[in-house]
Amino acid sequence: MNELVLVILLTLVAAAGTAVVMTNAPERQAVTYAFFGITLTLLFLALQAPDVALSQLAVGTAFVPLMVMLAIRKIRRGRS
Amino acid sequence: MNYYPYFVAGWLLLIGSLGIVRSRNLVHGVVSLAVAQAGTYVLLLAVGYQRNAPAPVFGSTKKPSTNVVDPVVQALTLTDIVVSATVTALLLALAMQIAKRHGTVDPDELRALEG
Amino acid sequence: MNRGVRHLVFLFGGGLVAVLFVLGALGMPKFGSSNHPYRDRSVHAAAEHQTPNVVAAVNFDQRGFDTLGEESIFFASVIGAAALLRPSKEEREERQESGGGLRDVMASTRFAGYVLLPLTLLVGLDVVAHGHITPGGGFQGGVVLATGFHVLYVAGRYETLEKVRPVALFENGEVLGALGFAGLGFAGIAISGSFLSNMIPVGGWGSFLSAGTVEVLNFAVGIEVACGVIVLLSHFFEQAIRLRDRGQAQS
Repeated sequence: MNELVLVILLTLVAAAGTAVVMTNAPERQAVTYAFFGITLTLLFLALQAPDVALSQLAVGTAFVPLMVMLAIRKIRRGRS
Repeated sequence: MNYYPYFVAGWLLLIGSLGIVRSRNLVHGVVSLAVAQAGTYVLLLAVGYQRNAPAPVFGSTKKPSTNVVDPVVQALTLTDIVVSATVTALLLALAMQIAKRHGTVDPDELRALEG
Repeated sequence: MNRGVRHLVFLFGGGLVAVLFVLGALGMPKFGSSNHPYRDRSVHAAAEHQTPNVVAAVNFDQRGFDTLGEESIFFASVIGAAALLRPSKEEREERQESGGGLRDVMASTRFAGYVLLPLTLLVGLDVVAHGHITPGGGFQGGVVLATGFHVLYVAGRYETLEKVRPVALFENGEVLGALGFAGLGFAGIAISGSFLSNMIPVGGWGSFLSAGTVEVLNFAVGIEVACGVIVLLSHFFEQAIRLRDRGQAQS
């Protein structure tokens, strides 16, 4: 059962990571990256690493996507 | 399943690198780099995993036992996640500066500007 | 190098890495095996210093010097990003309300933001304070504290956020956290002869004041990370919302 959960989560992480890279528009990437962060958090929990999961949850789903969105907004405004 | 987690880690590294290579936007490149970096987290935690063992956190009531998942790789991973986020911030700041100076964040257009 | 050549080079290099990686992975111990020599040693060392969270013991006690290095990378990145994002001469500040964040927020959303703020701050503080016993610590708690702060942006206006966020104060806080970490290291030399040695009495298993320096270092890192992330986000917000190039048309 544990094994099955791990296989599913690992596959999900690989798929989500691929989706982030294949998303060409950076503003949509902020959203896919946040989703990728959630799948990583779940994987870390399943791998018995609550400390790491906490770290990933705070950084991967809030901090980094927020910075990416702000950076895109600035770059867009500079160009138009 | 004996090696599958390692392959997932390798996949993340390669797909992230591919993202950097085919990127048409520096911000896209930075996010792809973050994906490649996540590969190292998966690899480290996979190395330290032990089947049917609890987390290496005993709380205030449990007595310590060595039958847990490896805490050393977890310590390496958790600091790196936070530190790498600020490195991502530094790279995004660079991209913003480049956009300000050159008016584009496409690596190919930037090369053309250099002449 | 044009795109075609670049892709070819990657195909060659990436393919080679893939082959080597698969060969290397097949030579590794199987996933989930029970042979972890480092684990056995670090659990014993953590138990000796009364630290139930072995991960925190590894980070702040057993390899404290490495963590000082990581923390320095954090410190340098924040300073570097802050220097890059300083408003330049060509930019001017925009003070009218239009750029000031999300207007037309639903009252319920605003209310949720105000309720969530103290909650997240409390959770962040708890994560830092009990990092030596339960999952958590300065790194995670610091990020939770800093992002929790920005719930205020969702709650309504950038101005509210600015009022409760004196950036200069947080810049000093970041320096203070970094200095605290290094200072504790030197205190270790003075008291027991080695850098970052655990020289504070370790107390009883699982009690709040236990684990010696692990707890104090957790707080130092917590302060540094929380302040560093707030400084970073404030610069990003300023760039994205407040500043625009001189002479640029208003949208």
